[in-house]
Amino acid sequence: MKLFSRLYLILIFALLYIPIGVLILFSFNSTANTGMLTGLSLYWYKELFSSPDTFVALKNTLVLALSAACISTVIGTAAAVGISRMKSKWAKKSVQSVTNIPMMNPDIVTGVSMMLLFVFVGGMLGLTEKLSFITLLIAHVTFCLPYVILSIQPRLRQMDKSLPEAARDLGCTPLQSFFKVELPTIMGGVVSGFLMAFTLSLDDFVISYFTTGSSYQTLPLMIYSMTKKEVKPDIYALSTLIILSVLVLLIITNVISARNEKRSRKEKK
Amino acid sequence: MKRIIELQNISKAFDGETVLDNISLEIYDGEFITLLGPSGCGKTTTLRLIGGFETADEGNVYFKGKRINDVPAHKRHVNTVFQKYALFPHLNVFENIAFSLRLQKVEKKEIISRVKEILEMVSLKGFEHKNVTLLSGGQQQRVAIARALISHPKVLLLDEPLGALDLKLRKDMQNELKNIQKQTGITFIYVTHDQEEALSMSDRVVVMSDGRIQQIGTPTDIYNEPVNAFVADFIGESNIVDGVMPEDQKVRFAGHTFECVDSGFAPGEAVDVVVRPEDVDVVSPEKGHLKGTVTAVTFKGVHYEIIVDIGGFKWMIQSTDYAAEGDHIGLFIEPEAIHIMKKSEYSGLYGDYSSFSDELEELSDADSVEED
Repeated sequence: MKLFSRLYLILIFALLYIPIGVLILFSFNSTANTGMLTGLSLYWYKELFSSPDTFVALKNTLVLALSAACISTVIGTAAAVGISRMKSKWAKKSVQSVTNIPMMNPDIVTGVSMMLLFVFVGGMLGLTEKLSFITLLIAHVTFCLPYVILSIQPRLRQMDKSLPEAARDLGCTPLQSFFKVELPTIMGGVVSGFLMAFTLSLDDFVISYFTTGSSYQTLPLMIYSMTKKEVKPDIYALSTLIILSVLVLLIITNVISARNEKRSRKEKK
Repeated sequence: MKRIIELQNISKAFDGETVLDNISLEIYDGEFITLLGPSGCGKTTTLRLIGGFETADEGNVYFKGKRINDVPAHKRHVNTVFQKYALFPHLNVFENIAFSLRLQKVEKKEIISRVKEILEMVSLKGFEHKNVTLLSGGQQQRVAIARALISHPKVLLLDEPLGALDLKLRKDMQNELKNIQKQTGITFIYVTHDQEEALSMSDRVVVMSDGRIQQIGTPTDIYNEPVNAFVADFIGESNIVDGVMPEDQKVRFAGHTFECVDSGFAPGEAVDVVVRPEDVDVVSPEKGHLKGTVTAVTFKGVHYEIIVDIGGFKWMIQSTDYAAEGDHIGLFIEPEAIHIMKKSEYSGLYGDYSSFSDELEELSDADSVEED
């Protein structure tokens, strides 16, 4: 039995990680041969970075991810704080459910419905180019929001309810109390929410595909269009780089949340 | 004495449930006043009204003669020590204490010297750069007090500040708080459900129950002259029996007419009679006013706690003389040991020890702490 469970574990991990390993390996292949390793080289990385399109797409992706993460973090923090202050339990529960729906919704539905909305509103406003960076940004902020809210809420729940009162007692206006006491106390949640939003926006393809305009291309979209012509190993190189950066973000998020947990455990003592 | 805070006919309800019912209270400058009562009596709400965290449904709050109902918490010259301290976890000891001074834009040099001074007062010298989440309960408590006192408030509100500390530390902190209050001359408004704490620290005690003030007075007044059965029972132990006053300075209860020192009741008026357990002398049956059978004896260290059955009513006696279970003993009660109270809604609810057990008492104490 023990042997079986161990084998099962190995199989699962193999299925999960061998494809990624193969992809990384082949990104260092010296020829375009997909079936055989003919020698290791950084040729495809050089190829990748010599194309100006890649840089534009990379810049686009980063600009989008950063702005989407910033905006959704600000709105999400305000929303989480607002929800936590709601007095009626019923209202709290319903707002909570409504914010969670976009998470359950299939991306394709979110993407198509947003595209419809943007085209419709754009048409009403008489815009010639109905889909653009702005629509893409709105879409990304929308699907990142629930994750930001969810990562802040536990910190708010843990916070001693008399902290803001103590701040006001010592002379803070309600606004000062928020920035000087509440925000620093929930900062761990805010930062991990930001990172999560950043990562989600970075690798989104489906929703971006429907909501961006022709002039604004992100990396995932570019990779998709590259595969339509011919699968070249420079896609592998690009994917490898994306995997590495997501991995780094993941490690940072985990370190932060581990630190938060440690601190809250200390507080409880 | 100068009045510093005045509550006038305050009423307050949460979700239709009355928490404060027409409360009026005057608090004088520089006094140590304690709001005492069981959980749910409205004491914490009263404190929060003064601190500006709740608003009264009816009635007025005055600070130095000015109505402050609508003044927000951050503009009141009143600071609070919260029940769970509410120290800011992201700031160290120094920054926690300096918090209000920084808001007031006090000069850096002055902040440093004032924090140093107050840390010495609460005996936390050298703790400036410690992380507040790593301090012990007693140390956190001191930081909370220092933080509330540093901006020299006129009034300090303390909401069961010693509730989370162990007994020994509690006694030490009681003395320290009293000393700090004397040193600074700041008015302390203290909330507790611990009657011993209230009696030992306060200049005046306000006994509350069911959203109403039952009695206001000095600790000795409250203990010796409780106004009704609730106060008599809540403050210390008491035997409360039904009695009748046939004339002034005479009271009849438990089948015997006693001399007493109270007067001013109508002839034949039904009253509640309070006799403190420590004021009863155990004598031989023929010498006593009352005779009864011992049903339980507990050794308490300083004295024995003896439960005596007299005609079906169980009395509690505290005596240094031992009496064994089943003994017939006499009880001797001096006129000064008898206190007469008018009948009230609390008559008959308290003061009988038939169902008394130490364990029960402790259990209910623990409950009330948690509820708060």
